[in-house]
Amino acid sequence: MTSNLELPVFTNNSEAELGGKWGMVVDRDLCTGCQACVAACSMENNVPFVGETDMAYGRGMHWIRVERLWEGLEADYQEVKMTSYQPLMCQQCHNAPCEPVCPVYAAVHSMSEDINLQVYNRCVGTRYCANNCPYQARVFNWRDYTDYRPGNTADNDPSWSVLQNHLNPDVTVRRRGVMEKCTFCIQRIHKAEDTAKSEGRDVRDGEVVPACAQACPANAITFGRIDDPESMVSKAAETSRGSLLLEEMRTQPRVTYLAGGA
Amino acid sequence: MAAIAKPLSRRHAEEHEDPREHLMHDPLPRGKMNEMVMEAMHETGWKFWVATGFLTLVVLGALVYAWYYLIMEGLGVAGVNRPVFWGIFLVNVVFWIGISHAGTFISAILRVLKVESRRPFTRAAELMTTFGLVQAGFSVFMHMGRVWLTYWMFPIPNERMLWPDFHSPLMWDLMAITTYLLSSTMYLFLPLIPDLAMARDRTEGGWRKTFYKILALGFRGTEGEWKNLTTAMNIFAFAIIPVMFSVHTIVSWDFAMASRPGWSSTVFGPYFVIGALHSGMAAVAIVLFLLRNTMKHYKYFIRPEHFDTIGMLMFMVSMAWAYFYFNDYIVPWYGGDVWAKLFQEWAEKGPHWYLWYIMLFCNIVVPWSILWNRKWRRTPWLLAIAGILINVGMWLERYIIIPEGLTINRMPFTWRVYVPGIEIALTIGLFALFFLLYMLASRLIPLIPVWEVQEGQEAHLIRKIGKAEISTLSDME
Repeated sequence: MTSNLELPVFTNNSEAELGGKWGMVVDRDLCTGCQACVAACSMENNVPFVGETDMAYGRGMHWIRVERLWEGLEADYQEVKMTSYQPLMCQQCHNAPCEPVCPVYAAVHSMSEDINLQVYNRCVGTRYCANNCPYQARVFNWRDYTDYRPGNTADNDPSWSVLQNHLNPDVTVRRRGVMEKCTFCIQRIHKAEDTAKSEGRDVRDGEVVPACAQACPANAITFGRIDDPESMVSKAAETSRGSLLLEEMRTQPRVTYLAGGA
Repeated sequence: MAAIAKPLSRRHAEEHEDPREHLMHDPLPRGKMNEMVMEAMHETGWKFWVATGFLTLVVLGALVYAWYYLIMEGLGVAGVNRPVFWGIFLVNVVFWIGISHAGTFISAILRVLKVESRRPFTRAAELMTTFGLVQAGFSVFMHMGRVWLTYWMFPIPNERMLWPDFHSPLMWDLMAITTYLLSSTMYLFLPLIPDLAMARDRTEGGWRKTFYKILALGFRGTEGEWKNLTTAMNIFAFAIIPVMFSVHTIVSWDFAMASRPGWSSTVFGPYFVIGALHSGMAAVAIVLFLLRNTMKHYKYFIRPEHFDTIGMLMFMVSMAWAYFYFNDYIVPWYGGDVWAKLFQEWAEKGPHWYLWYIMLFCNIVVPWSILWNRKWRRTPWLLAIAGILINVGMWLERYIIIPEGLTINRMPFTWRVYVPGIEIALTIGLFALFFLLYMLASRLIPLIPVWEVQEGQEAHLIRKIGKAEISTLSDME
C-alpha cells in the first residue's frame, strides 16, 4: 500500500510569487524631505490629525514618514554631511512578520495583489503586529481621532467638526483601538483595475499612482508592476544603486531604495 | 493498612532543638484544630472591615473607574506610543502569571515529592495561583484596543467561517492561560472538599450552611470517598506540573517568537519559568507573613520552620534565576548581533539605567545576603521584606524587557521613551483587588488544610530508642 508522505509545500515561495505584483522604488538621492508625500497620503487615506501633544509623544499616525538621517554626528560638526532623507512606508513584505502574529487574522496577505492588508473591523488591538514590524511602519488609533463631533476632537476644538468634509469616501474611517498602515493606496489600484477590466485590457504602466508618488515634486517615488520587466518601476529597481531595507531579516520587502548615485 | 516507620532525616542544625517546635511533632486533636480554623474564619475584627472598605474603594476608583475611562477614551490615556506598543499592561500580565506559579509549585511539586513542611500552607499558595491568574487576565483585557471584541479570539464556530489564527503566539497564550486557570481552580477545589465538609458540619444554618453544603458536594468522609479524592488529587498533582511549566514558557514565547532584538532568545522559556518562581516564592513568603500575623490561631499552624522552607526555596530559585539571567545576557553578547548588544547597553546605560541596578540588587543581592542564614530565614518579617524587594526586582525585570526593550528598534528614527499614564492607577487597582479577593476568601474558606495537617501529624512520631529521641515518619500505604 502506498501512501503519500510528502509534506505540503507552501506555495507562497514559488518562483512566480516571489516576483510579487506591485512594487515601489524610492530614490533617496532625489528626495528633498519636503513632506508633500506625508500630507498627500494623509488626505487620501483619511489619516487623522492627532494634535500636538500626541504627535510629540510618538503617536503620529502618518502612514509614510520622512526619516532624516545624519551622517558623521560623532565627529565634528564640520564633518556632518548633507542630511539624507528616507521616506518610509509599509514595505509590503512578501514574508511579512506582522501577519502570523495576529490572533484574529486582521493582518492578512492579499493573494491577488500580493500586498499586506489590515482588516480594520476585524482588529481587536493587541498591537502584536506593530511590535513585530521591523520597519515600525504600523500606526495605532490611540483615541477616536476621526470622531469630529464637538468635544471629541484631538484638541477639543469644536470648529473641527467641519473637517469631516475632507474625508475620502473611498477609504474607511477608523475608530479607536485599531491598527492601520500604508496600503499602497489599494483603492486606486482597484479603481484602475476596474477601469481596465471594463475596457477589456490590462492595467497600463503608470496608470496607478499612489498619493505619495503623485504629490512628490522631485519624482522620487515610482510605482508599478514589478512582475513586468518593462515597467518603469522594474527598470528603476534594477540599477546598481538599489537596496532593500533590513534585507537580512528576509522579509522580502516590495520597496526598493535607491541611493549612492551621482 | 501497612505502615512503615523510618527515621526522619534532620539537618545538623536541628539536632539539639526541641522537635516540638515542628508543627508535625506538636499535634492537637482534630476537633481542636477544626475549631481554631473555624474561629479564625468567623471572628472578624474592625480592622478587617476598615481594610476591606479601603481596598474596595481603591478597587472601585483605580480599577473599575479607571478601566471604564480607558475603554471609553481609548488607549491614548495610557502611556503606550510608537514604538512602545506594549507597556505596563503586559508587564503586569507576566508578573501576575509569575505570582501564580508558586502556588502550583508548592502544592503540586512539594506534594509529589512528599515535602512534609508544605502541609499547612498549600491552600494559601493555591489560592494565590487562582487570584494571580485573575489579575493576569484583567491585565490582558486592559491591554487590548477593543476589549469588547475579545470573543473574536475564541474559536467559536460561525457562519462567516472566521477563525482565530493559531499561528499567533497570543492564541497559544490564551489557550495556555485558560487551561491553567481551569486546572488550577480544580486543583484548589479538590483538597478543599474535606475542609468544606468540616465547615458545613460546624455551621449552624444560615447562608453559610447553604454555601458549604453546595460546595462540599455531599462529602461525608467515608473510606471510598477518601480513596477517590486521593486518586483525583494525585492525578491532578502530576498533571498540573507540566501545565505550570508550559504556561510561562508560552508566555515567554510572546516575546521570544517576535523578531525583535533582545526578545528573540531561545533561553526565554526556562528563564521566564525561573523568574516566575522567583517572584512567586517571594509572594508566598509575604502572604504567609500576613496570614500569620492577622489571622487568629495561625501562629500555631504557620511557624518559623515554614518560613525556613520557603526561604531555602527562595535562595535556590534566586541562584537559578541569576544563572539564567546571565546566560540570557552572555549568549547574545557572544552572538555579536549589533541590535542585541544595543538592547543590553540600553538597559545598562540608557536613560533608565538605575532600574537595571535596582533589579540586580533586589533579585540577587537581597536574597543572597539574607537567605543564607538559618536564623534570618526563620524571622518572618525579614523574609516578608525580602519577599517584597524580590517582587519589586522581578517587576522591574519585566519592565526592562517590555517597555524599555521596545523603546529601541531597528529604525532609530522612531525611538521614543515610554512614560506610563493610567497604567499606574490600574496597577494599584490590580494589587488592591488581589488583596481584597484574598481577604474575602479568608472569611469564606478555611485557609489551612486541616485534614492535611492532621494526616501529617499522625504520620510523625517521636520514638524513644534507648535514651535517644528519634522522630520518625510513617509512610501510609
